[in-house]
Amino acid sequence: MAMLSFEKKYRVRGGTLVGGNAFDFWVGPFYVGFFGITAMLCIITGIFLIVVGAVYTWPEAPAAGNIFLVNIAPPDISYGLLQVPPFGEGLVWQLITICALGAFISWALREVEICRKLGIGYHIPIAFSFAIFAYSAAVFIRPVILGSWGHGLTYGIISHLDWTNNIGYQQLNYHYHPGHMLAISFFYASAFALSLHGGVILSHTNPKKGETVKTAEHENTYFRDVLGYSIGALGIHRLGLFLALSAGFWCGILNLTTATFWTRPWPEWWTWWLKFPWWA
Amino acid sequence: MPQYFNIFTRVQVRAPVYPGVPLPKGRLPRIGKGGYPSYWLGKIGDAQIGPIYLGFWGLASLMAGFLAFLIVGIGMLASVQWNPILFVKFFPWLALEPPPPGNGLHIPVLWDGGMWLIAGFFFTMSILLWWVRTYVRARDLGLGTHVAWGFAAAIWFFLSLGFFRPLLMGDWSEGVPMGWFPHLDWLTGISLSYGNFYYNPFHMLGIAFMYGSALLWAMHGGTILAVSRFGGDREIDQIVDRGTAAERAALFWRWTMGWNASMESIHRWGFWFATLMMICGGFAINLTGPFVDNWHRWAVKHNIAPVYPGYGVTDPAAPEGSGDWAVYPYLPVGDPGVYVPALRDGGVQ
Repeated sequence: MAMLSFEKKYRVRGGTLVGGNAFDFWVGPFYVGFFGITAMLCIITGIFLIVVGAVYTWPEAPAAGNIFLVNIAPPDISYGLLQVPPFGEGLVWQLITICALGAFISWALREVEICRKLGIGYHIPIAFSFAIFAYSAAVFIRPVILGSWGHGLTYGIISHLDWTNNIGYQQLNYHYHPGHMLAISFFYASAFALSLHGGVILSHTNPKKGETVKTAEHENTYFRDVLGYSIGALGIHRLGLFLALSAGFWCGILNLTTATFWTRPWPEWWTWWLKFPWWA
Repeated sequence: MPQYFNIFTRVQVRAPVYPGVPLPKGRLPRIGKGGYPSYWLGKIGDAQIGPIYLGFWGLASLMAGFLAFLIVGIGMLASVQWNPILFVKFFPWLALEPPPPGNGLHIPVLWDGGMWLIAGFFFTMSILLWWVRTYVRARDLGLGTHVAWGFAAAIWFFLSLGFFRPLLMGDWSEGVPMGWFPHLDWLTGISLSYGNFYYNPFHMLGIAFMYGSALLWAMHGGTILAVSRFGGDREIDQIVDRGTAAERAALFWRWTMGWNASMESIHRWGFWFATLMMICGGFAINLTGPFVDNWHRWAVKHNIAPVYPGYGVTDPAAPEGSGDWAVYPYLPVGDPGVYVPALRDGGVQ
């Protein structure tokens, strides 16, 4: 059931971090494991809370039934970190956030178990942890730094754009935030490298009519001919992983440095450059 | 640990330099012999640099690109009275600005937008010639032309910003300033003047594909490095003759999310995500102004965004709007006598 032709020989016992053999089984194509159970608990609870929260905050959405207008907001800033807000006014946001973090961390640890089972490196769960960091920066670390859950990212299709807009223009112009510059640059570079890598692999396996499939000699020659340098089949994956993780990392840093360590407008931040003694 | 995870190359082979697969008859020779200039480069990637194929298209592209670069530099230098110290000091704030509004698509005065148009012309030439190069290089080696079409998507976005949208708006002043901070001001300006880009559905799609590209790259790069101990980095070999690396890579995702791409199809996913980011970006730009005046009003009309309570800030897109939008551009204060880009236009229009 739901097994690939070669899959059976890979489905072996072992590699679990927690629970020994107790949860070491598959459901359809999915591996379960201890963290599969915790992830599912968090996911089901979280989705349930999102539905409940959406219904709870429904009156705020003028066009009933419009999913774009659903907004599950964090509590008011006045609640701080320790006061418990009413369910519909922030508690549901806090519970969803706990479920989300629980699900993401469980998912990463489940990936670790799958890596161990397959005898492969831990690159993917480590990479995923960068995304979890970026998310927790917005909903956990920055609110803690600022002393209130009210600073967290609001949940909603349009409302999270408004939140992003507001913390961006709160300091006049996010485009001047050096972390924003770095994150954007890494995102662009990441898409650029992905396009080059995807394109070159496809162009070698789908060559000119009448040609055979090409391999590494041609890959290297193409990029050396065009750019003078080919980073190579292994190196491009190191570069791609680096670019993508840097984008995620700077997203998190960007969030943590917003209205925390620098509260003046971002265009003003750059005056340090003008204050060097040799031209000030 | 980094070596165990194959983040760095442990054993570097120094074979004779590979000159590249033979070119078809009648092509110019490649330039340089290639060499191994750096041990540290070999730690992360292929240690060989060069040779390079220059050829007609490459040479023409580089010449046009150099001219564009030079003209932008001259324009910036002129804006600080040819003072090289001020050029470095104010470099982040400097730009070669497009012509002031009101001139339509006429050829502007040389020192009031003409330089921008000339630089843009050579920049565009350089990029189009480079596109020909990516295409012809692939064909000469008997390859598909996927890289060229991925590049074409980026060119569509680039031309939308600097050429198509100004044409649609009927004024060169709509173009993007060529400079670091000024192009960011331009971006803020167009976003806010047209009711905030966050409500622009093609902006939403472009951002989603951009995040998606980084996500796919992390997933793919991570997967290949994780199975590199089984030879997974030799992807084309794995595509045509599946080995245990491809099997483990596929099973990782199958067991994680119930489904997997193949060693070949992941490259289609990546290629399309990166390409669609640029395709959507071009639409986001071209629709703004010629077809949509205010993305927030558009979103309200189409039941996507709520109407917000007034905050006393004048909508700059409103016909009667004068507002307090003179905050643009953001300039360093207290340095009179230096170039003040775009202020002559009274800020963003």
